[in-house]
Amino acid sequence: MSNTDSYLGAGLRLRDWLTTTDHKRIAILYAMGITAFFFVGGAAATLIRLSLITPQGDLVSAETYNKLFTVHGVVMVWFFLIPSIPATLGNFLIPMMIGAHDVAFPRLNLLSWYLYMGGALFTVADLIIGGVDTGWTFYTPLSTMFSNTAVVAAVAGVFVVGFSSILTGLNFIVTVHRRRAPGMGWFRLPLFVWALYGTSLILVLATPVLAMTLVLLAAERLFGIGIFDPALGGDPLLFQHLFWFYSHPAVYIMILPAMGVVSEVIACFARKPVFGYRMMAYAIIGIASVSFLVWGHHMFVSGQSMYAGMVFSFLSYLVAVPSAIKVFNWTATLFRGSISFEAPMLYALGFIGLFMLGGLTGLYLAALALDVNLTDTYFVVAHFHYIMVGGSVMAYFAGIHFWWPKITGRMYPESWARLAAIAIFIGFNLTFFPQYLLGMEGMPRRYWEYDPQFQVLNVLSSAGAAILAGGYLLPALYLSWSLRYGPRAAANPWQATGLEWQTPSPPPEGNFPTTPRVVRDPYDYTPGNRDEAGAAMHPQAGP
Amino acid sequence: MNGQLFLLPPQGSAYAGRVDVLFWTMTAATGAVAGAIFVLLILFCSRYRRRSGPERVMSATAVGRSRNRPLEITWITLPLLVFLAFFFWAAWLYDHQQTPPAGAAEIYVVARQWMWKLEHPDGRREIDELHLPRGQPVRLVMTSQDVIHSFYVPELRIKQDVLPGRFTVLWFTPARSGVYHLYCAEYCGTSHSRMHGRIVVMEPQDYARWLGGGGNGGTLAQQGAAKLRTLGCSGCHSPGATIRAPSLDNLYGRTIPLADGSFVTVDEHYLRDSILLPSKQIAAGYADNMPSFAGQVSEQDLLELVEYVKSRAGSNTP
Repeated sequence: MSNTDSYLGAGLRLRDWLTTTDHKRIAILYAMGITAFFFVGGAAATLIRLSLITPQGDLVSAETYNKLFTVHGVVMVWFFLIPSIPATLGNFLIPMMIGAHDVAFPRLNLLSWYLYMGGALFTVADLIIGGVDTGWTFYTPLSTMFSNTAVVAAVAGVFVVGFSSILTGLNFIVTVHRRRAPGMGWFRLPLFVWALYGTSLILVLATPVLAMTLVLLAAERLFGIGIFDPALGGDPLLFQHLFWFYSHPAVYIMILPAMGVVSEVIACFARKPVFGYRMMAYAIIGIASVSFLVWGHHMFVSGQSMYAGMVFSFLSYLVAVPSAIKVFNWTATLFRGSISFEAPMLYALGFIGLFMLGGLTGLYLAALALDVNLTDTYFVVAHFHYIMVGGSVMAYFAGIHFWWPKITGRMYPESWARLAAIAIFIGFNLTFFPQYLLGMEGMPRRYWEYDPQFQVLNVLSSAGAAILAGGYLLPALYLSWSLRYGPRAAANPWQATGLEWQTPSPPPEGNFPTTPRVVRDPYDYTPGNRDEAGAAMHPQAGP
Repeated sequence: MNGQLFLLPPQGSAYAGRVDVLFWTMTAATGAVAGAIFVLLILFCSRYRRRSGPERVMSATAVGRSRNRPLEITWITLPLLVFLAFFFWAAWLYDHQQTPPAGAAEIYVVARQWMWKLEHPDGRREIDELHLPRGQPVRLVMTSQDVIHSFYVPELRIKQDVLPGRFTVLWFTPARSGVYHLYCAEYCGTSHSRMHGRIVVMEPQDYARWLGGGGNGGTLAQQGAAKLRTLGCSGCHSPGATIRAPSLDNLYGRTIPLADGSFVTVDEHYLRDSILLPSKQIAAGYADNMPSFAGQVSEQDLLELVEYVKSRAGSNTP
């Protein structure tokens, strides 16, 4: 397959890329954006961990430290994690997995990318040149009346990026409803599509609330309209309710797509259908629905009523059930499989372990009396990094490696990839497990200085972060290398099921010459059937 | 603390011990689940790894094993039951932690960027330090002058956000004499990490000696009585006043009818609102003619006025 027939060969000028409406090219544009922002957020994290090696905060001033964790939070949450899997792999794969030629609204898809890049670049410039010291949570009245930093500019960019989320979610929902190929019933959808569908529901329903909240924040800060500051007659807890009404479901925007990726990868490398497919699909929709009803668990010590706390605690335990089901089902999928351990599978297995530890420590934080002690300490920091980095980022890497041959037409170097997966797993645990212990001992989060008794664990954590940083740099190097020097990939190097593998690597514009007809359920790894589908080809080396 | 690298801080109260029992029980339960899953993952990954040679053909039964309704129902129901048990246990403790006992000593806490101001009922004030007698239940009535802070004492396993514009309450009974850490746990700006202090719990006789030293300007209630005159409150709220306003005597703790037909119990929140937002809840039978004192009274004034009204509970004549 020569590149000129593929989507990559169709117009090589910058203009061809910046005006493309091909969902695959837009996915690549997003990938470049989120990769750049990942390293911006990572640089901030590096400086934070360096500063925390000593208890007195020797490296940077308190002001700079506070600005650094704001950069880290804002960039990683809104400009990396939320668009990560949906906007890159989701954009690339949803149409291909359902047998469509593109998303439902290709031009709207490009607009989403421009909104994302415009808003994100604006906010990042503001965060780096001016700096904002409120943390990514922008709690009032600190953010509205007391911070002397460029808060309004930062939230303006986030506001714009929110529209990118809404439009992408809308696009995916309509695409899944209207663009499925004949025979692709709802229960023939790969779980990745189910997961992105659930994610899109959250994107469309929750993001507008964030937008409104940020407008109210700016109105109070710019015009002194009393909404959140009690000195002006406002209520600071109102901000927290509105903020978490978006930001808790946002956690599921980050983790549901990861669950989708892992389901695909585990089925492929265990050569078995995902155990309890229907239950997995229901669990996705269950999580997406209940995710809207648990925001108050961020506020158990905020001064909300005791009874509200009890209701939110109860609902938080309910939302944990479908997550538990998913871990059990992935494990059961391995039972009597035929398992091989290529890099995507290593990342996916790492995901299960880390996501499980993050999820189980979530049970502590859902428990009212335990949360009162642990909230706002490093225990919480460790918990959500296990979910978002151990979970979402591991799954993102699993997906990037799994579909790399399809996206680029090249194979990545397998041993380097396995090495990176192992380095990231070890580095991650070394960085974040000590933070659970710090939280248990009572070290509050967002501390520039800390009591000397916490130093040993902080040094351990920083040492782990060095390994983790190395682990993240490796894929950047060998994946770039493979773009030019990697062996050309076959159409289906993993012998995976799924319509995307029935196209050449890289796929042509329009994906399929004619609209495919779907005759089988997903994950049909019974050997005979696979050959029949014409989807089973062995990996090929060389050009 | 010293040497206890991997453990929770020492327990400063009986409640802290009860929280720790829940903590370790949950650790045992989640550890067992995590251990079982890890063992299964490793077992499956080694037992069913793909071997060289012809690919193992999956039998129809193996495909059939991709669904097992009874098994699925079991692992939905079991976690749910365990979760419910933990929910009730933790909620029961939380209820206890949110409900102060009668007769607790009251301490007022005023937080600001970046210090803690702590006031004893007798008017004694401390900064970033709070002396308490061992064994005496304490109820903290807290407010902030600027942004949100959070009063966190790891040894007591408790924490409560301190908000501007309203009172929040935290209570505990220190059971061990010694020095506890006080941290601000809610990010509050530049020097958040320096907004810490200590709680010094003393044997009752040492505390009595500590109380004896150093004079002050009268109890909070006495200072409140003086404020009542200088702010002009007594012009209306005293028996001989020409404008009819509710008497402040024997008011605190009562449940009074409101003009809109509802009832309210007179507590710190109600008194605070009545001074700052007098039109919000009008006592039945009185005109809505009190001016707001928002902007004229400081948090300190409010504490003293509230304390004065509390001190008049149970009295009938001025």
